[in-house]
Amino acid sequence: MKKILGISSLLVAVVVLTSLHSPSFLSAYNIQNTARWTSLFGMISIGAAFVIITGGIDLSIGSVVGLVGCLLPWLLEKSWSVPAALGAVIAISALIGLSHGMLITKMKLQPFVVTLCGMLIYRGFARWITNDETQGFAGHFPTLQQLAKGNMPVPGLGSGVPTPFVIMCGLAVIASIFLNNTVYGRYLLALGRNEEAARYSGINTDRMTILAYVICAVMSGIGGIFFALYLDSIQPSAHGNFYEVYAIAAAVLGGCSLRGGEGSIAGVVIGAALMRVLYNAINVVGIPTQLEFAIIGVVILGGVISDELIRRMAARRKTEKKISEPAVLQAARPMEAASSEKHLV
Amino acid sequence: MASKPVLLEVRNVSKRFPGVKALSRVSLSLYPGEVLAVMGENGAGKSTLMKILAGVQQPDEGEILLDGKPVELASCRAATELGVVLIHQELNLADNLDVGANIFLGREPRTFGFIDKAKIRAESSELLKRVELDVPPQTIVNTLAIGHQQMVEIAKALSVNARVLIMDEPTSSLSAHETEALFRVVKDLRAKGVSIVYISHRLGEVKELADRVVVLRDGQNAGELQREQIDHDTMVRMMVGRDLSQLVTRSSHPLGDVVLEARKLVTPTWPQYALNFSLRAGEIVGMAGLVGAGRTELLRVLFGVERPRSGGIFIGGKSCEMSNPLDAIHAGIALVPEDRKQQGLILEMAVRENLGLASLWKNRIASMFLNKAVEKKDALNAIDKLRVKTPTAEQAVQFLSGGNQQKVVLGKWLALNPKVLLLDEPTRGVDVGAKQEIYQLMEQLAADGMAILFVSSDMEEVLRMSDRALVMHEGFISGELKRNELNEEAVMKLATGAA
Repeated sequence: MKKILGISSLLVAVVVLTSLHSPSFLSAYNIQNTARWTSLFGMISIGAAFVIITGGIDLSIGSVVGLVGCLLPWLLEKSWSVPAALGAVIAISALIGLSHGMLITKMKLQPFVVTLCGMLIYRGFARWITNDETQGFAGHFPTLQQLAKGNMPVPGLGSGVPTPFVIMCGLAVIASIFLNNTVYGRYLLALGRNEEAARYSGINTDRMTILAYVICAVMSGIGGIFFALYLDSIQPSAHGNFYEVYAIAAAVLGGCSLRGGEGSIAGVVIGAALMRVLYNAINVVGIPTQLEFAIIGVVILGGVISDELIRRMAARRKTEKKISEPAVLQAARPMEAASSEKHLV
Repeated sequence: MASKPVLLEVRNVSKRFPGVKALSRVSLSLYPGEVLAVMGENGAGKSTLMKILAGVQQPDEGEILLDGKPVELASCRAATELGVVLIHQELNLADNLDVGANIFLGREPRTFGFIDKAKIRAESSELLKRVELDVPPQTIVNTLAIGHQQMVEIAKALSVNARVLIMDEPTSSLSAHETEALFRVVKDLRAKGVSIVYISHRLGEVKELADRVVVLRDGQNAGELQREQIDHDTMVRMMVGRDLSQLVTRSSHPLGDVVLEARKLVTPTWPQYALNFSLRAGEIVGMAGLVGAGRTELLRVLFGVERPRSGGIFIGGKSCEMSNPLDAIHAGIALVPEDRKQQGLILEMAVRENLGLASLWKNRIASMFLNKAVEKKDALNAIDKLRVKTPTAEQAVQFLSGGNQQKVVLGKWLALNPKVLLLDEPTRGVDVGAKQEIYQLMEQLAADGMAILFVSSDMEEVLRMSDRALVMHEGFISGELKRNELNEEAVMKLATGAA
């Protein structure tokens, strides 16, 4: 809870500062646009959080987004039906997660290595099947694209809330309930802290780890569908590049520890929002966009440092409060000292 | 003794930690060439005092004098330079490097900036001879047995001309043979004028080694004993602060049917032996043997952590295939593992979460949701019943003392009401008071019909708690002793393979 407070105030601070500088930042259009991008990145960040909670990492998120982004229009062009194409890309994502999980648990390979190879393989595969040609929906699927591009009318909110934002919130609620209110969520948190103790407590740690990688890959796949529908013009060699970095950064900003065992879904979503707001602020305020990565890097570093400092300060205050308590006991001490000195003589 | 000048003196040292006063005006003096045993229950302040002497921590009040002059031990390095060296309970060796490199780590002799390996080799060989360790200095540390690694630590301390050697429970993971070797080295060092502060829970060792005993209790001096005054009961009384007259007595109760049976069970560690034994309801069976006799490995197989090479495990007459701990738990087996912190607990998680970890699935709602109300209620019940000392159920387990942590591990399994309870060194690193409570609990569980198999390297524990003892020696069960045949000599004979 405290962790969310920290990052939320950072988000509010950036929003306030930017809007003071340029009021257009708070225009309905801009808010809607930022919310839309937040929801797309939020989806893949939630997936990343699950893997990070187990103490692992998934570097293939961006490539899965790229692969799904290429496959979906490509399959539709091959006259697959919409449900079949969507089902196929989700199934492929799940299969990718399953193979990551199997390699990591059964073959005992390192998550970094497995998913790094995955990153290269899926990118290459996406470029090969599309022959590196830009993919798109060519205006044939307007209804489907509304999923990502459309808005849901909300009374009192002008042009409404972006549809993907509503969907992302739904996914976040499900993920949050899964993590905090189910046996499996508790198992994930436990094995992230101490896998051996979790196994000795009767938790099927392999199966839970595999599950985390499947969740991550499927969330990347779902995110990939929305990115594709929204962008419409997909370059196989570049679509989704670096997205895993955004996802991991949002998860870490949102309170996930890379050591595992810690994390909150709400924090991760706010982390994703912070990244998008920053990106947007850079544009609105007129900072050269070349500095984008540098600024995001500095802010993440600053956030993590201040988080650590606040935690230390809180710990110190706790210590001081408790030390003042035993002062009463001090009066009794000289006597005890005298008796112990007797022993020493 | 008092005529000799004091080498090291601690005067009225106090140290506070968040919420605890770890040391309160503790004093002690150490003379040249003596072995001073510092005893006390867990949490009595022994470790804190030793850390202060070694410069790891600084006292809030009081002073430390070396050769009568006040010294400031601001860091480990400062203490080392003054000749005060601490050998940690968990050894601090870079086990990927060789013995010589470890002895001279951070102080490598150099010629033209390059490490002078010849010199390291020559000097290490000398030092290794002094600690009776017959290995070449080029041996990689992780290929050595724990006892030998400890000797490397001692050699390292000697290499800086340590005058005061502080040993924190040095025998806790040594076999009987290694312990003997350690004692010889300690006695030899004493004869050469090195002073040794020796921390141990094991009363027998203290009796054999110590010239003097200082007892701490609740962070204060509780008393001191000279060589001729050292005896078992006095030490226990000083440590606990009361007589242990209400020791747990084993009452005999009728035994039930055979609950667990191992038939021709072959473990992966000792594939040449097949093990046969059985366990009846209401029975407490002790498993004695030297460290490395294969007892822990056997428990791991029974609990499904490792698969047996062949043979069968029968629960209530039915053959059970255990391919992971979950299968064992379903069959009604629970294991309190040897390494509490690594295998028994999730240290950063709350007491409540640890207590519930094994039984969560049993109380789940709609096949997957946590029943948080039941979890909380069960946790509070367990804390109350097992008398776990914790401020709240939400306290992270890592802040509990060893005894209370062990109670949490036990509580985790009792929530499932298992038929067979396997305990691996149930009272290691547990203080005297909590030990009694654990014994009491074992007695009560057995009386209620649970079958208990416990592995212990503590002879007293085996003699006191077992209805029957199995003794293992180098991978096979070398003998079985009924309660009326149980005595120290009989167990040792079987454990060492002399029978």
